[in-house]
Amino acid sequence: MITAERKPLEELIEFIRPYKRILLLGCNECVTVCAAGGRKEVGLLASGLQMALLKSGSNIEIRQHTLERQCDPEYVEELVPMLDGAEAIMSMACGCGVQQLAGRFRDKPVFPAVNTKFMGASERQGVWAERCQGCGNCLLGVTGGICPIARCAKQLMNGPCGGSTGGHCEISDDVDCVWQLIWDRLKALGQTERYLDIMPAKDWRPAGGSGPRKIIREDLAE
Amino acid sequence: MKTESRLEKILAAGHLAVTSECGPPRGALPDKVREKAKYLKGVVDAINVTDNQTAMVRMSSLAASTIIKQEGLNPLFQVTSRDRNRLAIQADIIGAYALGIDTMLCLSGDHTKFGDHPMAMNVHDIDSIQMIQMVRDMRDKGIFQGGAELKGAPKMFIGAAANPFADPFELRVMRLAKKIAAGADFIQTQCIFNVEKFERWMDGVRAKGLHKKCYILAGVTPCKSLGAARYMAKKVPGMDVPQAIVDRMASVPKEKQAEEGVAICVETIERLKQVEGVAGFHIMAIEWEEIVKEICEKAGLLPRPQV
Repeated sequence: MITAERKPLEELIEFIRPYKRILLLGCNECVTVCAAGGRKEVGLLASGLQMALLKSGSNIEIRQHTLERQCDPEYVEELVPMLDGAEAIMSMACGCGVQQLAGRFRDKPVFPAVNTKFMGASERQGVWAERCQGCGNCLLGVTGGICPIARCAKQLMNGPCGGSTGGHCEISDDVDCVWQLIWDRLKALGQTERYLDIMPAKDWRPAGGSGPRKIIREDLAE
Repeated sequence: MKTESRLEKILAAGHLAVTSECGPPRGALPDKVREKAKYLKGVVDAINVTDNQTAMVRMSSLAASTIIKQEGLNPLFQVTSRDRNRLAIQADIIGAYALGIDTMLCLSGDHTKFGDHPMAMNVHDIDSIQMIQMVRDMRDKGIFQGGAELKGAPKMFIGAAANPFADPFELRVMRLAKKIAAGADFIQTQCIFNVEKFERWMDGVRAKGLHKKCYILAGVTPCKSLGAARYMAKKVPGMDVPQAIVDRMASVPKEKQAEEGVAICVETIERLKQVEGVAGFHIMAIEWEEIVKEICEKAGLLPRPQV
């Protein structure tokens, strides 16, 4: 999923200070799963903002809503009747959702309420970690199902650097050395000889090196 | 011979090679480079010139290598993949060779986290092994990494680093094999304090015949003080400084510690000379270049052979 973390309240207050009526919009997809911008977080943030603004003597009307998917134009269309009177929108979706709104409602300011972080997975309750960088040409089939692009601090494709210690990355004891993980996995699979294959210099074009990426499925596109 | 590199000539002639290093200054101070290089004149066969070592901005490795070359010494041009993409690296290699630099070391580089610009983007377009491949193809096939033909191929003697002390240990011989397969002509190892562990690594290296496929220069570092020994033992990722070394440094009064550090370094070199497959030494006297001559003298590595 795409993970996100809520921005500090102070930053959000500055966004909305000029307005009297805003729409605060959650998303029921990834940001709900990582507890950053779902229905529950929309409610909490709305009261947080209102209280903070009341303290400084201003009053704001915050309408709350959560869309099934903010990155999907079909759902975004639902907002049309709700936007009457709203001077601005604050989105709790990832950057994709924010941009979808900005593209659809050209006369309304749209503000992000979260910082979109990375594509990750849940390690345990309340902990998410980066797993994929969307490089566009998946290597997992030759690296034991563990990604050195997303999980090595130096994106090394041919083995661990000289800083791997006791299974940890040199940048922090909290970060696993991904090449230790890959090596352990290759051992478990009986594929250690695979390590000797040199992975050639990567073509970064599918990773975004050739500009913004797009997928066009002729069979589906209208 | 693949190149005109003096280091290659020394090694090919079967002499124990000696290299040392010089960290460029953090400012436009060319005399500082000359001063450091002066201590190494006639003492070593090539001088490693670090590339923004520990991710701190310094005079470029290319510029400092050129100054050293102008002084009549042999720079060993270090290049990391941290700060530059493949276009910039290839451009620098061609530029270096055009300026008479014929020996280089391919590295991934310390992470920016450790330096003075932790907010900077790490490039890592290619890794050190891919860099070795790229330089070899530039030299032997006369092509750029992108495949186009290159006129005036840079005849670089290609070095790589190896750290026998990092984990997983059992992978470290294979990692060396991979660097050699990519095209490494010589290897400089991480500083060796744990000689026993290095010997175990070399057993694995010899078992695969890798010492016959490339020259292995054993890295050593003199501890200048007890503090330096403790720092390397605790703070430097991938360094293995046994407690016995720290204790030995602690056993002498402060004013004798530098002397003790040199004695340990010389003893280490003597012990490493007995290890089959060690083709020379890389003496890393960090910010202590003036001591290298004394170490070489005491270790019987002077005078340097003429080739």
